[in-house]
Amino acid sequence: MIKCKTSREIGGMGHPIKRKEDDRFIQGKGHYVDDIKLPGMLYMDIVRSPFAYAKILSINTEEALKVPGVVAVVTGKDLEKYNLHWMPTLMSDTQMVLPTDTVMYQSQEVAAVIATSKYAARDGREAVMVEYEPMTPVIDPFKALEPDAPVLRTDKEGKTDNHIWHWEAGDREATEKVFASADVVVKEQMHLPRLHVVSIETCGCVADYDKVNNHLTMYMTTQAPHAIRTVIALVAGHVGLTEEKIRVVSPDIGGGFGGKVPVYPGYVIAIAVSFLVGKPVKWIEDRSENLQADSFARDYHITVEMAATREGKILATRFKVLADHGYTDAAANPSKFPTGLFSIGTGSYNYDTAFMEADAVYTNKPPGGVAYRCSFRVTEAVHAIERITDRLAQEIGKDPAVLRLENFIKKEEFPWKSPTGWEYDSGDYHTGLQKAMKVIGYDALRKEQAEKRARGELMGIGISTFTEIVGAGPSRQFDILGIKMFDSAEIRVHPTGKAIARFGTKSQGQGHETTYAQIIAEELGIPAQHIQIEEGDTDTAPYGLGTYASRSTPTAGAAAAVAARKLREKAKKIAAYLLEVSEEDLEWEPGKFYVKGAPEKAKTIQEIVFAAYTNHPPGMEAGFEATHYYDPPNLTFPSGAYICVVDIDRETGEIKVRRFVAIDDCGNIINPMIVQGQVHGGLTQGLAPALYEALVYDEEGNILNGTLMDYLVPTAVESPHWETGHTITPSPHHPIGAKGVGESPTVGAPPAIANAVVDALSHLGVTHIDIPITPPKVWKILKEKGVV
Amino acid sequence: MKEITVTVNGEQHTASVEARTLLVHFIRETLNLTGTHIGCDTSNCGACTILLDGKSVKSCTVLAVQANGKQIATVEGLAAGGELHPLQEGFKENHGLHCGFCTPGMLMRAVELLEKNPNPSEEEIRWGIAGNLCRCTGYNNIVKSIQYAAAKMRGDELPDTEPEFV
Repeated sequence: MIKCKTSREIGGMGHPIKRKEDDRFIQGKGHYVDDIKLPGMLYMDIVRSPFAYAKILSINTEEALKVPGVVAVVTGKDLEKYNLHWMPTLMSDTQMVLPTDTVMYQSQEVAAVIATSKYAARDGREAVMVEYEPMTPVIDPFKALEPDAPVLRTDKEGKTDNHIWHWEAGDREATEKVFASADVVVKEQMHLPRLHVVSIETCGCVADYDKVNNHLTMYMTTQAPHAIRTVIALVAGHVGLTEEKIRVVSPDIGGGFGGKVPVYPGYVIAIAVSFLVGKPVKWIEDRSENLQADSFARDYHITVEMAATREGKILATRFKVLADHGYTDAAANPSKFPTGLFSIGTGSYNYDTAFMEADAVYTNKPPGGVAYRCSFRVTEAVHAIERITDRLAQEIGKDPAVLRLENFIKKEEFPWKSPTGWEYDSGDYHTGLQKAMKVIGYDALRKEQAEKRARGELMGIGISTFTEIVGAGPSRQFDILGIKMFDSAEIRVHPTGKAIARFGTKSQGQGHETTYAQIIAEELGIPAQHIQIEEGDTDTAPYGLGTYASRSTPTAGAAAAVAARKLREKAKKIAAYLLEVSEEDLEWEPGKFYVKGAPEKAKTIQEIVFAAYTNHPPGMEAGFEATHYYDPPNLTFPSGAYICVVDIDRETGEIKVRRFVAIDDCGNIINPMIVQGQVHGGLTQGLAPALYEALVYDEEGNILNGTLMDYLVPTAVESPHWETGHTITPSPHHPIGAKGVGESPTVGAPPAIANAVVDALSHLGVTHIDIPITPPKVWKILKEKGVV
Repeated sequence: MKEITVTVNGEQHTASVEARTLLVHFIRETLNLTGTHIGCDTSNCGACTILLDGKSVKSCTVLAVQANGKQIATVEGLAAGGELHPLQEGFKENHGLHCGFCTPGMLMRAVELLEKNPNPSEEEIRWGIAGNLCRCTGYNNIVKSIQYAAAKMRGDELPDTEPEFV
C-alpha cells in the first residue's frame, strides 16, 4: 500500500491524480513541432545516398533549381565555405553534416533542397542528380577489425584501422583465477541487434534566424534543449551565433525514448539555411528516413561467462563486447562512459569478482548507439547476466527461481559495492521475486509445464530479476561534452498562492506537468492543480541536461523537492513573524504552520505567501521564489522481478506470451497511475526486441526493413495484458526516496521472454536463442530437433 | 488545381488543391487542423486516422480530391458543446495516453469501433485498434479507456479508474 502524507485535494506524493497535460492532447490541441507555421517559412527535404559506401563524383542541381518553388539546393561544398560541413558528436567523434566527397552509409544526407512548400521540396529532391562510384562496404563488425579490412575513417589523420576504443572494468587477473578453478563454467555468445526507438512522432525542427537582431530560435524535437543550445553555440559561434543569441524550444514531443537526444545533420542544415536566407526553415523527416538514418540502439555482440560452484553459488562473471557503432561514434553516453553503464551487468547477485571489456568498431552503417528507452547500455548488460544466470540453472539442474533466491544480495547488505565499483543504494530482491512467484502461481505453472511436456506440448516460464542504474548523475563522474549532469528546478509562487515551476528537463510523455507538481505539492501543501509546470524553453527554464535515462525524477525531481524545502524554510520565518512566535514553536502539516499545542493558531501556505508580497518581515527579501541545481550524491538503483509464461506452437514456432507479471521497485512512488503507465509501455517496448524488432542489413549495407511495413512495432494484438505491481524500497540518498522507472521494464522484459522461450525448448538441449526470437527461428530449431 | 468542397466537423470549406494533395496535408496545412498527426509514410501507424463519412480512414492514404463532397470528422470536433466525448473522458480518466501523438488517431478509430460494437470485449478492442500504433502506453490503458467510454455510452455504471496492482 502506498501511504500519502497529503490529502487528495492537495495531491502530493502517492496520489493517482489524473494528468494535467491530457486536456490538450485529447482535444487535438497538443503543440508539436510540425504544427508550427511561421510567416515566410520554407520547407526542406533531403537527398539521401542509395549506397552504403561510395565516392560522390558529382551533384547536379540544375534540374532541381528549375522546379517551381525550389529556392536553393545545399551541398557539402556549400557548407564547407562556412566550415559547417562537419560537426562533433556527443562522444567527441566527428560526423559529416553533408558530405563533400564520400558517403559512408545508406540513406546518409547528401544534399538539401529548400522550397516554398513541402511538395515542391520533394519534387526538387527527386530532380537532384548525384553520380556515385560505389565502393565495397565494411558491414560485419568482426571483419572490420581484420588486418586487411579497408580503413573507413580516412578523414582522421593517422587512422590505420577501424577500431574506435577499448574499455575495461573489474579485475581481469582475479577473474581468470576464479574461472580457472571453478566447478562449473557456462558461456554463451549473443547479439543484441540494432533497434530503432520509433517514437510515433519523427524528428524535425523549424530553424528561425532573425537577421536584424542576429537571433536564432530553434524549435526542435529535443530531449535536452539546453545542451543543444550549448552545442549550437560551440558549432556556430564562429559565424556569430553566440549562446545568448540562441533560443531552443522543445514544444510537445511525440515520444523520445533516446532517439531525440542526438544532433542530426538535418537540424544543422536547417539552421545554416535559415542563417543564409534569413527565413524560417522547417525540416520534418518522414518515417522511412527516421528508421534508416537516425541513431540506432544496441548492436552489441556479447560473449558472457559465469563461474559457479556445483551447488550453484555464483563466483564470477566475464563479459566481452564488440560494439558496432556504424560510421561514427554518435552514441549518447556520458563522456567518461563509452559503454554507458554496461558495468551494471554483474546483476542482482552477491559475488565479488568480475571482468568486462569492450571494443568499438566503425562500419558502413548509420551512426548511433543511443538508448531505446534504456539508460546507457543497461539493457544489453541485463540481457547477458539474466540469460547466463538461467544458463547456469539449466547446467546444474536447479530451478532458476531458486538459484536466484540463493544468490541475491540480501536487503540488509545494502549499500552494496558491486564488483565493477558501483554502490547499489538499496534493494529488496527476495521480496520482489517471491511476490512475482506468488502472483503468477509459480509452483502450479511448473507442474503444468511438466504435464504438458510429457504430452509433447511446448510451454516455458522465464524469470528476470534485474538491477537498473539510473539518475545520471553525480558530477564527479558524469558529464556530457564537459557539462556536469546536474539538473534544476525553479519555483515561483504568486501572491495568491498559485505557482509556476520550471525545469531543465523535458517530458516526452512521462507526465512531468503532473508529477513535478505533486512533488512541490507534497513539500509546500499547495494543491498540485495550482502548480503550473513548464519545460523546454531555454529562455525561461533553468539550465539542465534534459530527460533521458530515467534521470528526471532522480535529478530534477530532487531539485524540485530541495527548492520547495528552501521555500518552506522561508515560509516558517514568515509564519513565525505573523503569529508572533519563534520558529521553534511552529509545527508543519501539509499546507500550514501552526503553533505547537495550539493548532487553531495557524497560517496557511496561501496566507504566508500573500504576506511574502504584502507584509514580509523587516529585513527579509520580498517575494517567494527558489531555485535549486541538484547534483546527486549517487545514482539510484531500481530493480524488478519479472515472470513470463509462453506457449509455443510446435507446428509453426509461433510464440504466445500467455502471462507476464512485473513487480517493480522504483522506491517511493510519486503517482502510481503514471508509474504503472510507464511500466506498461516499457514492457511492450521490451516485448518488441524480444520477439519482433531488429534493423537488418545485407552484406552490401542495404537496410532490408527500413519502413514500418517491415519493421514490426507491436500492436495491441501482440501486446499481452500486462499484470503489474510493486515493492517499495526507498532510495536512502534521494530527497523524496524515489528512483526513476521509465526504463526498468524495457530493461527487464527481454530476458524474461527469452528465458521463457529457451525454457520451453530446454529439454531439447537448447541453451540460447538470439533475440528477436521469431517463429522461423523457433521452427528451424524444432525441425532440427525432430519435433516438427 | 481542383476545387473541392468538404464539410469538416460540421463546417463547410471550399478550397482549390493540387490533385496529388494528401487529405492529411489538406487537413493540417490548408485547414490548420493540426490535431490530426503524421507518424509514418506507409499507412501503418494510424496517427492520421479521421472519419470520412463516418468511416475511420488513414488520411495519409486518401487524396483530398477523393474527399470532395464528403463529411470529415477530426479530433477537434469530438467534444460537442464544450463537453468531452466519452472516449476523450475515458482516455483522461484511465491514463490512456502519454505523449499524445497517437491519441487523436486512436480516438477517431475508437469512435467507429464503438458505433459498430457498443460492448466490445478486450480481444475485440485489441483487434479493433490493431491499425493504430502506440509506442508509449503498452495498450493496457487504451483498452481500459475504450471500455470506460463504451460503458458510459451505453449508460452503464462507470468502471473504477484507479490503477489496479497485482
